[in-house]
Amino acid sequence: MILLADQLLVLVMLINLVMLGTSRLIFSIRAVAVQGVILGILPGLIHPFSGHLAGITVGIILAKGIIIPYLISDAVRKAHIRREVEPFLGYVPTLLLGAVFTALSFAFAEQLPLAPEHKELLFVPASIATLLTGFLVLTTRRKAISQVIGYLVMENGIFVFGLLLSEAMPVMVEAGALLDLLVGIFVMGIVINHISREFSSLDTSRLRTLKEE
Amino acid sequence: MAFSGVPGLALHHPARGQRIAAFFVVIASFLGEYAVITLLNGSTGAVYQIDWPLPFGPALLSVDQLSIIFLLPLFLVAGCVSVYSVAYWPARKHSSAGKLTLFLGIFAAAMVIVVMARNSVLFIMAWEVMALSAYFLLTAEQQSAEVQRVGTVYLIATHTGTMALLAMFSLLRGTIGTFEFPLSHSLSPSVPVASVIIITALIGFGGKAGLMPLHFWMPGAHANAPSHVSAMMSGVMLKMGVYGILRTLSFFDALPVWVGWLILLLGAWSAINGIALAAGQRDLKRLLACSSIENVGIIFIGIGLALVGMQLQAPYLVVCGLFGAFIHIINHGLFKSLLFLGSGVLIHAVGTREIDRMGGLARRMPITSPLFLVGSLAICGLPPLNGFVGELFLYVGAITDGIVAPLPLAALVAPVLALVGGLAVITFVKLYGIIFLGVPRSVEAAHGHEATPAMTVPMVLLAAGCLVAGLAPVLLVRLVTPAVALYGDLAAPVIAKVTSLVPIVPLTIANILLVSLFLVIGTAYLLRLRRLPRSRGATWGCGYLEPTARMQYTGTSFSEMAINVLGAIVAPNRRKPRLAAAFPPAGTRFQYTVTETVLDRILTPIFEVVGLAFSYLRRVQHGQLHIYVLYIFATLCVLMFWRN
Repeated sequence: MILLADQLLVLVMLINLVMLGTSRLIFSIRAVAVQGVILGILPGLIHPFSGHLAGITVGIILAKGIIIPYLISDAVRKAHIRREVEPFLGYVPTLLLGAVFTALSFAFAEQLPLAPEHKELLFVPASIATLLTGFLVLTTRRKAISQVIGYLVMENGIFVFGLLLSEAMPVMVEAGALLDLLVGIFVMGIVINHISREFSSLDTSRLRTLKEE
Repeated sequence: MAFSGVPGLALHHPARGQRIAAFFVVIASFLGEYAVITLLNGSTGAVYQIDWPLPFGPALLSVDQLSIIFLLPLFLVAGCVSVYSVAYWPARKHSSAGKLTLFLGIFAAAMVIVVMARNSVLFIMAWEVMALSAYFLLTAEQQSAEVQRVGTVYLIATHTGTMALLAMFSLLRGTIGTFEFPLSHSLSPSVPVASVIIITALIGFGGKAGLMPLHFWMPGAHANAPSHVSAMMSGVMLKMGVYGILRTLSFFDALPVWVGWLILLLGAWSAINGIALAAGQRDLKRLLACSSIENVGIIFIGIGLALVGMQLQAPYLVVCGLFGAFIHIINHGLFKSLLFLGSGVLIHAVGTREIDRMGGLARRMPITSPLFLVGSLAICGLPPLNGFVGELFLYVGAITDGIVAPLPLAALVAPVLALVGGLAVITFVKLYGIIFLGVPRSVEAAHGHEATPAMTVPMVLLAAGCLVAGLAPVLLVRLVTPAVALYGDLAAPVIAKVTSLVPIVPLTIANILLVSLFLVIGTAYLLRLRRLPRSRGATWGCGYLEPTARMQYTGTSFSEMAINVLGAIVAPNRRKPRLAAAFPPAGTRFQYTVTETVLDRILTPIFEVVGLAFSYLRRVQHGQLHIYVLYIFATLCVLMFWRN
């Protein structure tokens, strides 16, 4: 089972790279959805079965794999956004940066004073790599929708880290984290709405006209 | 004495809420005064401990002789001010009245806690509550740009002070290992950080007390606050700074002698500069605020004398210095609050703070004007009133020990005090003369009217306090003797020996004689005046047929000569036209403003330069969302790889 979990985590990291490399918005939304579904399966693989666990799995697959991606793609459709991602930095450089960050996160995870039973697993490097990918998406993409995706990826990274602790994690905390995410998406949706109404475009770099001189 | 939570009141109905709050504050003040008097009569004060879940050791509250000196005027002024505020700042006219009432209560309660706290953390908390509620009080008229400006200056000043205090208390904690205050005289000054503690205390508390050169926030803040708030701030809050310094110094045993000299010099500097600034002011409340600087200076002269005396084993200096300082603390609380309340009545009546627009008000305000006169005489330190008693001790201390003991330098305090007293007389003759005598200089002054009893009764109370303390200085002496004994670590016989040298009894007799003489002559004069024929004319009309109000002396012209001599301190700013012909053309103006050396010439330019330097930092804030995220990202990366 642990082996399978590790393979899934590799998949998660590969999806990160896909996200950085693709030029299509809808494709990266789907990639996030797939990532979410994988994350939903993961706890079931590493922990013994219980009602709590089933609840978590279902909840996460629902929230991360279905509801949130649906909301985002709905927003894309309604706001008539062009399908390209429009990065500040080209696809190849971001892809390379993503690879570098993934390597660095492995190096960093080596240095961390982890509990011995966690040492061998891929969880920590995968979580840090996902986190950094999220940051990369946040900083290099121009569109507000891409920023939402960036936040989602970051949250996924944090979730992977949380898996290590999930036995100690009560339901309330997870529920809180999910709720947080949902609220974040809503706020972002409102922001997107306002940006598109104000500037008739979803380009966040236009926000600088709001700066007071 | 469990009552400090009482005054935090803000009810739904503003006017009624104000009255109820005033009632509660008065009750609390009575209880407080009662407790203070019981303690004075020798009962031992209880020690209270607040149960708090904070890891800073027990939060002790207790009252000792030193606290009593400060609690006495605090309760008196707080009670008077709260009654006064009902009439002065009625909720019907001012929407900010509710806020003001609430913070006035919190302010007074916080000061009580400051004086009683025996734990540094509790002290700092109460101190901050006091400082911040003072900020909200003084920005009551927050729409005015001037008020906003002085509020900001005050906030900067008070937080600079708090910063120094935090440094001081953490050093103290590092030295003694607990947050509780050490026992008095328990620390040796040879502790390595002792001098740093003393310097930071001087900065932190001195800033609040208005010690030069940290006085710069005071004139503006006192002038722009509502008058009863200024009375509270000047009469009581400044003393909290004095209290802090006294308390901190009391921790140490046998301080090095330079501390005494430093405090003495700072005090002398503040006294002379403060009164010089006051002499040049045209704004009534600004003048009073500057004179507060002077009075705080006098208090510090006393403390400095006592410290020097302690080090040189000169009991005369110690006793006289402490007596002078403590008595002056009580006195200043009385007469400065009286004057500020009086200024409130004047502002209420005339609607301006410019003394050059007043005049002739003695006839229109028959109650306020003698009360104001009492306050002015007291603040000048003239005999029948209480201001003289404190200064008498300082004079005696400086002269006796200055000549007898091997300390001729200390005798120089006497001329300094004399100079300050002289300038104070000039200042307050100007103040009283321009405001109350002569002919009205403006329409508003001509329509000036007397205030309601709610405003005058507190003033009468304070004035009576001044008079009683002046006529029976024994009371004052008795009041502060325990504190002197505690603070100076002296035995009662030594104090008695020294006080017997100060001519208190002759002073009492002379004062009573003076007052009765004044009464007798005054009555005789009035009786005679009835019988004489009267002629009507403008005051100081000098026989002109058509005198106008503009021919009178103004405040500026009255103090012109004094200001010229003191130009370096006051730095008057004259803007005058060039005269080409014998008569200036129409529309020529002469402008004369008194500037504030420290604030206007040193601090404001520095702040401008700093502001310019920081404007480059604004480029970091450019509105690019991605770059903001990048900042976070970069910080995270740096943190992650920091250790590796």
